Amino acid sequence: VKCNFCVGEENWVDSRTVYIGHKEPPAGTEAYIQQRFPDNRIVSSKYTFWNFIPKNMFEQFRRVANFYFLIIFLVQLIIDTPTSPVTSGLPLFFVITVTAIKQGYEDWLRHKADNSVNQCPVHVVQHGKVVRKQSRKLRVGDVVLVKEDETFPCDLILLSSSRDDGTCFVTTASLDGESSHKTYYAVQDTKAYNTEKEVDSIHATIECEQPQPDLYKFVGRISIYMDNEPVARPLGSENLLLRGATLKNTEYIYAVAIYTGMETKMALNYQSKSQKRSAVEKSMNAYLVVYLCILIGKAFINTVLKYVWQADPNRDEPWYNERTETERQRHIVIRAFTDFLAFMVLFNYIIPVSMYVTVEMQKFLGSYFIMWDDEMFDEELGERAVVNTSDLNEELGQVEYVFTDKTGTLTENNMEFIECCVDGHVYVPHVICNGQVMPGATSMDMIDTSPGPGAREHEELFFRALCLCHTVQVKEEETVDGIKHGIHQGKSTSFYISSSPDEVALVEGMKRLGFTYLRLKDSHMEILNREDEIERFELLEVLTFDSVRRRMSVIVRANTGELYLFCKGADSSIFPRVISGKVEQVRARVEHNAVEGLRTLCVAYRPLSSEQYQQVCHLLSEAKLALQDRDKRLAEAYDLIETDLILLGATAVEDRLQEKAADTIESLHKAGMKVWVLTGDKMETAAATCYASKLFRRNTQILELTTKRTEEQSLHDVLFDLSRTVLRQHGGMTRDNFSGLSGDFTDFGLIIDGATLSAVMRPGQEDSNSGNYKEIFLEICRNCSAVLCCRMAPLQKAQIVKLIKASKEHPITLAIGDGANDVSMILEAHVGIGIMGKEGRQAVRNSDYAIPKFKHLKKMLLVHGHYYYIRISELVQYFFYKNVCFIFPQFLYQFFCGFSQQPLYDTAYLTLYNISFTSLPILLYSLIEQHINMDILKKDPSLYRDIAKNSLLRWPIFIYWTILGVYDAIVMFFGAYFLFDNTTFTSNGQMFGNWTFGTLVFTVLVFTVTFKLALDTHYWTWINHFVIWGSLIFFVVFSLLWGGIIWPFLNYQRMYYVFMQMLSSGPAWLSIILLITAGLLPDVVKKVIWRALWPTTTERIQVGTHTHIIEDYGSAKTTAAVFVFWKNYCKTKDRWVTKTGTGKAVHGCKWSYLVL
Amino acid sequence: MIAAMMASSYNAKEEDGHHSGSSSHGGAGAVKSKKPDNTAFKQQRLPAWQPILTAGTVLPAFFVIGLIFIPIGIGLYVTSNNIKEFEVDYTGVDINSPCYSCAKNFSWNSTQSCVCSVNFTLEQPFESNVFMYYGLSNFYQNHRRYVKSRDDSQLNGDLSALMNPSKECEPYRTNDGLPIAPCGAIANSLFNDTLDLYYVDSNSTKTPIPLAKKGIAWWTDKHVKFRNPSGNTNLTVTFQGTTKPVNWRKPVYELDPSEADNNGFINEDFIVWMRTAALPTFRKLYRIIQKKSGTTPTLPSGRYILDITYNYPVLSFDGRKRMILSTISWMGGKNPFLGIAYITVGSICFFLGVVLLIIHHKYDTRNNSADIPN
Repeated sequence: VKCNFCVGEENWVDSRTVYIGHKEPPAGTEAYIQQRFPDNRIVSSKYTFWNFIPKNMFEQFRRVANFYFLIIFLVQLIIDTPTSPVTSGLPLFFVITVTAIKQGYEDWLRHKADNSVNQCPVHVVQHGKVVRKQSRKLRVGDVVLVKEDETFPCDLILLSSSRDDGTCFVTTASLDGESSHKTYYAVQDTKAYNTEKEVDSIHATIECEQPQPDLYKFVGRISIYMDNEPVARPLGSENLLLRGATLKNTEYIYAVAIYTGMETKMALNYQSKSQKRSAVEKSMNAYLVVYLCILIGKAFINTVLKYVWQADPNRDEPWYNERTETERQRHIVIRAFTDFLAFMVLFNYIIPVSMYVTVEMQKFLGSYFIMWDDEMFDEELGERAVVNTSDLNEELGQVEYVFTDKTGTLTENNMEFIECCVDGHVYVPHVICNGQVMPGATSMDMIDTSPGPGAREHEELFFRALCLCHTVQVKEEETVDGIKHGIHQGKSTSFYISSSPDEVALVEGMKRLGFTYLRLKDSHMEILNREDEIERFELLEVLTFDSVRRRMSVIVRANTGELYLFCKGADSSIFPRVISGKVEQVRARVEHNAVEGLRTLCVAYRPLSSEQYQQVCHLLSEAKLALQDRDKRLAEAYDLIETDLILLGATAVEDRLQEKAADTIESLHKAGMKVWVLTGDKMETAAATCYASKLFRRNTQILELTTKRTEEQSLHDVLFDLSRTVLRQHGGMTRDNFSGLSGDFTDFGLIIDGATLSAVMRPGQEDSNSGNYKEIFLEICRNCSAVLCCRMAPLQKAQIVKLIKASKEHPITLAIGDGANDVSMILEAHVGIGIMGKEGRQAVRNSDYAIPKFKHLKKMLLVHGHYYYIRISELVQYFFYKNVCFIFPQFLYQFFCGFSQQPLYDTAYLTLYNISFTSLPILLYSLIEQHINMDILKKDPSLYRDIAKNSLLRWPIFIYWTILGVYDAIVMFFGAYFLFDNTTFTSNGQMFGNWTFGTLVFTVLVFTVTFKLALDTHYWTWINHFVIWGSLIFFVVFSLLWGGIIWPFLNYQRMYYVFMQMLSSGPAWLSIILLITAGLLPDVVKKVIWRALWPTTTERIQVGTHTHIIEDYGSAKTTAAVFVFWKNYCKTKDRWVTKTGTGKAVHGCKWSYLVL
Repeated sequence: MIAAMMASSYNAKEEDGHHSGSSSHGGAGAVKSKKPDNTAFKQQRLPAWQPILTAGTVLPAFFVIGLIFIPIGIGLYVTSNNIKEFEVDYTGVDINSPCYSCAKNFSWNSTQSCVCSVNFTLEQPFESNVFMYYGLSNFYQNHRRYVKSRDDSQLNGDLSALMNPSKECEPYRTNDGLPIAPCGAIANSLFNDTLDLYYVDSNSTKTPIPLAKKGIAWWTDKHVKFRNPSGNTNLTVTFQGTTKPVNWRKPVYELDPSEADNNGFINEDFIVWMRTAALPTFRKLYRIIQKKSGTTPTLPSGRYILDITYNYPVLSFDGRKRMILSTISWMGGKNPFLGIAYITVGSICFFLGVVLLIIHHKYDTRNNSADIPN
């Protein structure tokens, strides 16, 4: 024992010593060093009452946009600027206040939650008595009493429980979402101390590592002083109860606190995920930069022109308009600089605060449509789609690569035991009749010849092995309507729970074959065999499963005293360790099953002599006691133990494809996405699933890049071979369409395995070469329609995603998965989607969006993604457009007002333009626009290609919108200019002033931009009507009101009756109508001509659906009417066609007869 | 809690009634509560009108716009052409112009006002009311420094603002320590030429033409926005303690001593000036020549003399001064632009309509025929 004590003493820095009950260790054993640990207070709140305002302000102004507006506001405050600081201060104040209130409220909630957690009572054992304490006062070393259904207040080491075997059941639902009960074990030497008096008498210290965020790893050691003789025991994660988990099915436990407060594993896992940004946001930022340049450019040009123009002193300072003395004395450089700033302020509206607010609101509110979607609700799970971040809504419409997990994502992860094969004899439980499990079915079907007596022994051993070698728990009691039912042995009321559905399937399969696993009691596993006798095996050791070894083992002692090691695992990890057994037959069956798409496991055993067992025990306990590198040591020990196996047989479990998985994949393909399957499964199984899910089709030419091939050839040769194949095909394609068989060119599917992948990715010694490998690999992938990566470690999945993300086209990637092993790729991809599967909630928690089933991905991308993308792209383009329209006239006006920064519009208009006159229609558009019916989007995935590669936010389109904005601005400004030019406007001869001029431009502006949006709207619900016409009415009413009163709090009354006087003039009405028409004309013409001459698929479909509507819904009468109309129409057309001598139109007309 | 559950189950029932197709059977209450509401809004299936702009649908609109705009434009153009307008520049730049010496010898300090006369002939008689404008060019009434240099509170009759004008009026806020009323650059630069019009009949007798000085400012300006402090009586007393704007020859309460309701801040010439013009070339209404009863034209054709009391210097900033006589129609003064613009836009629409018709026939059908195999 003393020796064990020395194992991990090399590094004290990384470990901590906990004295249970704060008792000093007995003198002479070790020094008592009181370490200081934080108390058990949880602080999730960001602010306190005092630092809220400064800290929150600081946080908010760290955003570039807010900072920019703050600067503009400050400039307005400091220097004499054309517009009052209110115009930019008010919106900024509004935005900042709303955000602050929201964040403050959230923080208040956090404070409340913190307080309720920190103040909730816990039971602590002090001096042999149970004392109530507030949770936050809990200290490391306290012994805590936790009762059933209570949550652990901090990370605890289980000392003893009410159960005799020292176990307790825990659910970690709030930590990782897994609702299954997990078993935790008390320290062997203290499990008997299960009253408060006894617990208080425990004298022990715990040494363990300092807190780490990994929930599933823990190493430590407890030294118990009995009669001053310390006994050291290893501690592992099976002893550690985590804060946040709940005690279940156990009356009470005693445990000692080791990590408290912010050092608990739960708190350490609170780290926020890194922010993902969508492509739209990136182009928005690019546009912003462009507009910032335009803004600065405009201000600069105007400043220069101002000084050129002012060179004549009579222009600079005519007798009627002199400067003040202080202004005159100011240095010219300072004057020029303030002028520049003043121009900046005048034009600053071109980058509106409100755009950020609108985009945020659009994203936040828009994401509700995903959650509300009835079609993405799963009846079976009772779950609907979850949106964890609304920042990426539009990215769903931009996906180019889909990386999907296989198990649980493409497949149900609903395992069903199909068959087993013992020494080449195949057993199929035929228990499924009309979809119902026959009660007590013990019969079996022997496909192969009946086994001999010797084989029968083997066979039973195989069944026992499967009944014993697992970590399945039996849920013993079930609550039905609040009444607790006792266990009904072997009846359907007890069921199995495990973290691995394969194991449940296997144990259930065994049950159907006659061997029922009953329970684990007092370290004895009980099995009901075919003769209805209970067999008891003492469970000695469990060599748990891990993804590196890909196998697990148990060591049991039978009643007869024989010791067995049972091992089950992947074929590749079992076969090399087998020394006897019918390897060839089993291997053939395994391969056959793998091709069928079944999941196979091999089972082997090894009889142990008691000496061997002693040796095993020694190996294991040594490894377990290590403080450092325990996992590595354990792995080594396992490696030594799991050898010399005798092969028993293999099992096959079917993982059925998810409903509509194939349809979904096909749709994604049609939508132009490349689908990659990344799985940890073996190649054959994975390939089978790929065929089943139509990822690979019959005519797909499969390229293999696997260890098998690289063993024969060097990686280098294989890669070059493949790339040549792919390129030759593509090159040949262009020259002559030789592939007449498939009609289309043969598409390629690539299969790569983890080992080869890491070889490809390995940063090579010869830098140039490895870089080449990656490039060649990417080149091959680019030309493959589907890629399957099998035998992947979780981290490799993320690596692949990263590799594609970083390739030169920078495609948008989406990762979808359901298990903890998919978390890394979900976090890495642009969009991470979690499936609410059976493997816990890790993926869902880390995802950006979560959906119940894989099939929901189709609607998520093709409908929601598409809509969100067109909505936000219009939102962004329109926002810039309407602000160009807004500000460019002001710019033009400078040329006519001596570059004096005179604003064209009144302050109220400047302030409210973006906030209220034009904000709601675009917000609503960006929430509910549907350019195409959603059923068509779903039916025709190719429409998704129309918006690929951020197509609606490309520079040409951006430039088009900007030019349109400039055109509208010019029409509005010069239209008004020529009307005002030296003439009277009214029928009573009175004249209008500059504010009427501005109001006229502004009125045309508001109407034009609103109508522009109305023309873009394809989906007019009553809300659209309400908002669009409503905001125009609001503008008119506001203007009437604003000009209708002498406002007492204003120091100017320049708008008094301006709007009404303008409306009383006939030419004003006429010119408003004219200018709006002229402003909208080019856009309408462009749209119509483009649609007619170069229609996109979307536009064709839009027109197409209209015909369909006539077809589908038109009553007989209207159809007839339409028919007559068409007939006449075609007649005239024919006449016209004959005139011009074109034959094309006739054809179309004939077709329309056909349709009708 | 129970209420909530009841509510949710009620909702579910209602939904079942509405959407018989949706299958919402099964599952416990917990499952139900997670099921999204099946409302048209939440499912994005609100009934909607889905218009699409195609050549076919837009065609009629273009023709209609063309057909409406062209007649309107013609009407406007004709109306504009029927308006009679006469303009005379009396700045006195040219050495031959009658006001040359007045313009040349202008001095702020001279007490003697310079008078010059401009002769002109109206070829055609002006029927109905004639509006007399003065026009200024190259005068930046819309300069920012100028526009804001006023105090609306003072002009509204606020006594405290009268004595303590707004800072915006600088440097025309105070003079010799006294507040200026009305303060600011706009008021200071009030147009103060006096224009008188005489008709010269065949035997060379000068008949003065009556010029109405009321009704030239907005009604609301005169009656609400501009007000004399403490009423219109005793303006001399009211404005005691203030001083006249530097460039004025007389204080504000002597703008029109003859009529109490046209004096002080509510003097219409002053109000008209205070409405700053939008562009550097502008005109402002000066007088109205009311139509006489009977059939005689307001201004018969013939010779006229315009007497100008030349007080307003514009040459220093290369400005021009004009006098404009104009009749007015329902659409205001002479402005061919609006009519031409209407005709142009209307014609473009019509033309585009034709182009679209061609495109519609040629291409839409081609696309449709291309769709047949699908």
